[in-house]
Amino acid sequence: MKKTVLFGALTIAGLAAGAAAAGTLDDVKARGKLNCGVTTGLVGFAAPDANGEWHGFDVAVCRAVAAAVLGDQNAIEFVPTTGKTRFTALASGEVDMLARNTTWTFSRDVDLKFEFVGVNYYDGQGFMVPKSLGVSSAKELDGATVCIQTGTTTELNLADFFRSNNISYEPVPIETNAEAQQQYLAGACDVYTTDASGLAATRATFENPGDHVILPEIISKEPLGPLVRHGDPEWGDLVRWTLNALISAEELGITSANIDELKKGTNNPEINRILGTEGKLGEMLGLDADWAYRAIKANGNYGEIFAKNIGENTPVGLARGLNAQWKEGGLLYSPPFR
Amino acid sequence: MNRRHETRPECHGDFSVMTTLTDPPKEQFRLSMLLYDMRYRSATIQVIALMGFMLLAAWLINNTAQNLAALGKPIDFGFLSEPAGYDINQRLLDYNSQDSHLRAAFMGLLNTLVVAVLGCATATILGVIIGVLRLSHNWLVSRLMTIYVEAFRNVPVLLWIVFIMAILIETLPAPRAFRGDNPTAEMMLGDSVAVTNRGVYIPEVLFSNSLGDVHLFGNSPLRFDVSLDLVVILIVLGLGLWVSRLIKIRADRIQEATGDRPTTWYLRLGVVLVPLLVVLWWLGFHFGYPELKGFNFRGGTHLRNSLIALWLALSLYTAAFIAEIVRAGIMAIPKGQTEAAAALGLRPRRIMSLVILPQALRIIIPPLISNYLNLTKNSSLAIAVGYMDITGTLGGITMNQTGRELECVLLLMLVYLLISLSISAVMNWYNESVKLKER
Repeated sequence: MKKTVLFGALTIAGLAAGAAAAGTLDDVKARGKLNCGVTTGLVGFAAPDANGEWHGFDVAVCRAVAAAVLGDQNAIEFVPTTGKTRFTALASGEVDMLARNTTWTFSRDVDLKFEFVGVNYYDGQGFMVPKSLGVSSAKELDGATVCIQTGTTTELNLADFFRSNNISYEPVPIETNAEAQQQYLAGACDVYTTDASGLAATRATFENPGDHVILPEIISKEPLGPLVRHGDPEWGDLVRWTLNALISAEELGITSANIDELKKGTNNPEINRILGTEGKLGEMLGLDADWAYRAIKANGNYGEIFAKNIGENTPVGLARGLNAQWKEGGLLYSPPFR
Repeated sequence: MNRRHETRPECHGDFSVMTTLTDPPKEQFRLSMLLYDMRYRSATIQVIALMGFMLLAAWLINNTAQNLAALGKPIDFGFLSEPAGYDINQRLLDYNSQDSHLRAAFMGLLNTLVVAVLGCATATILGVIIGVLRLSHNWLVSRLMTIYVEAFRNVPVLLWIVFIMAILIETLPAPRAFRGDNPTAEMMLGDSVAVTNRGVYIPEVLFSNSLGDVHLFGNSPLRFDVSLDLVVILIVLGLGLWVSRLIKIRADRIQEATGDRPTTWYLRLGVVLVPLLVVLWWLGFHFGYPELKGFNFRGGTHLRNSLIALWLALSLYTAAFIAEIVRAGIMAIPKGQTEAAAALGLRPRRIMSLVILPQALRIIIPPLISNYLNLTKNSSLAIAVGYMDITGTLGGITMNQTGRELECVLLLMLVYLLISLSISAVMNWYNESVKLKER
């Protein structure tokens, strides 16, 4: 069966013909490497540094999964994908999971046959304009030229927003964030629109970030999260609960600093279950008992990852906002480990 | 030839008599002859190979269909009638985000055709000029043309597209620069043309007594409007050209009869231009000039950066190849032709246009077709600069939003196949008409 799948995929030029090979977990273990689809480069979320090491908020999810499954957070092949190529890459089996600012929508979940395992960033689409334009609201953008990354939900939201407000615009479709940045800075478009987090990340790389404002309107809900293929629920569970482990760890106060201490056993049974000193959660996932310990140890809990990559003390400078724990007024809410 | 023909019946007669006398009994066909008999063997091999090939194809198609079904994505073209939901900046016909994916693909197809036609025309003109200049005896001119050809031919066209786009974006002024009391940029040609880093705005043709449009195909995705103004103008122009041709034929006749050719150029020009000008005046022809309003120039025709970059890059790149083809075609004509024409007293320019080029065309046309096809297919690189051609709409946004990869790519291949076959058909017809005619 597997050979057939491979041949079929080859013959139609790598299109999504490959039936989801069951047993992604076994494949990853046998390969000794996790293939993780990321962006082509968005500072804070996923971008290679000068040494070619990938860093970022989305990258950390990949690293946590690799640490949980393979015991090595560096056993990853990062596959940069554009907004257009990402789904084909996942559907054809080129990557095992996608952690790439991807909005969870009905049609992607149901029609494109993917499984969103959760939300790691609650986002919304915003607009960035040069301060010198003197624009204070997106509704003043009548007739503006708007740079937009093609192949994203933003493209559809944008059309809806301008249509419902009955104002005109000129879309300039662009393949990658870097090209959009170039066109925006050269003044070839008045406005750059993408997820607000992406705008902040992009602005952080500008020479004079202060010359640009992000307009107050957030025109859409963009729950961004990692996703896997349909057809392998075990693998989906594994990625889902790795993400949940990171979120729960923050809620329960497990940090990369105190995790070794807590691993010795605590009075909190949930912490014990997560860290594998109690119960058999790891075994149920097809992993060993230390899976979550390794995942959290790799880059810290959700809060640590957030603070390190995109938090207020980084150039990206995002506030937690909706992405705070539910106890602190945010939307982050992991189901219990039990 | 003829003699041999006449003798054949007799021969045949002889043979038939002999057959009845000496031929051994007719050999029965046996199955083993398929393999051992030279008469059948090649056919056998071909039939087996064909069956094998068809089996392989059937297996691949079946396998693909099965895998897609297993993935829960059976082949289905229903998505084409759903609303596209995205906007397209350069649209030749009316389109909005609520139109269907098919309509969006249609807009993309038109954009592909626009850039292909513009590109082929420009590349041909440039290519012929450069090809001829490369053969120039002027050292500097021929070397410059060599540099041109080598530079454009040896760098991938994608880089040229991106490079030209980058130049347009980075060096030209933004619309903002035209604003204020002390603008850093100014419109050109008496405030009628604005060159910005978002494209070039040129005056558009407007009619104040417009006759309106005819809507074709009702409300279907393929609907389009035909401007009656344009139809009227084309009819008048066509009639003018026809009358002008009649005048030419008459002049030819008079020349043949009397040896004197009457001067007809003012007549011929008049019958084309005068009715045309009258019709334009009657329709209320005037220009609409671009004006800076809000964020952008409004009015006029907007030639977007993406179109200009793609058009220029494709033309310049393909022109380098066409130049080589033209050069090869010209050099393939024996020198004797030039000398003979010169001996008849023709001047060099007329030798080129009357003797060399018509003969060279026969050699030039077939490779020229390939280059037109290449240019058209290369136009699918449009997405690099965000030009919304059919690869950008059907093969880009639609594919991505609907997740129907296989269907979109199949349609896309079909569309390019049809475009290419049409170009080939037209060019083959032209090739037929310039071919050496044996009489």
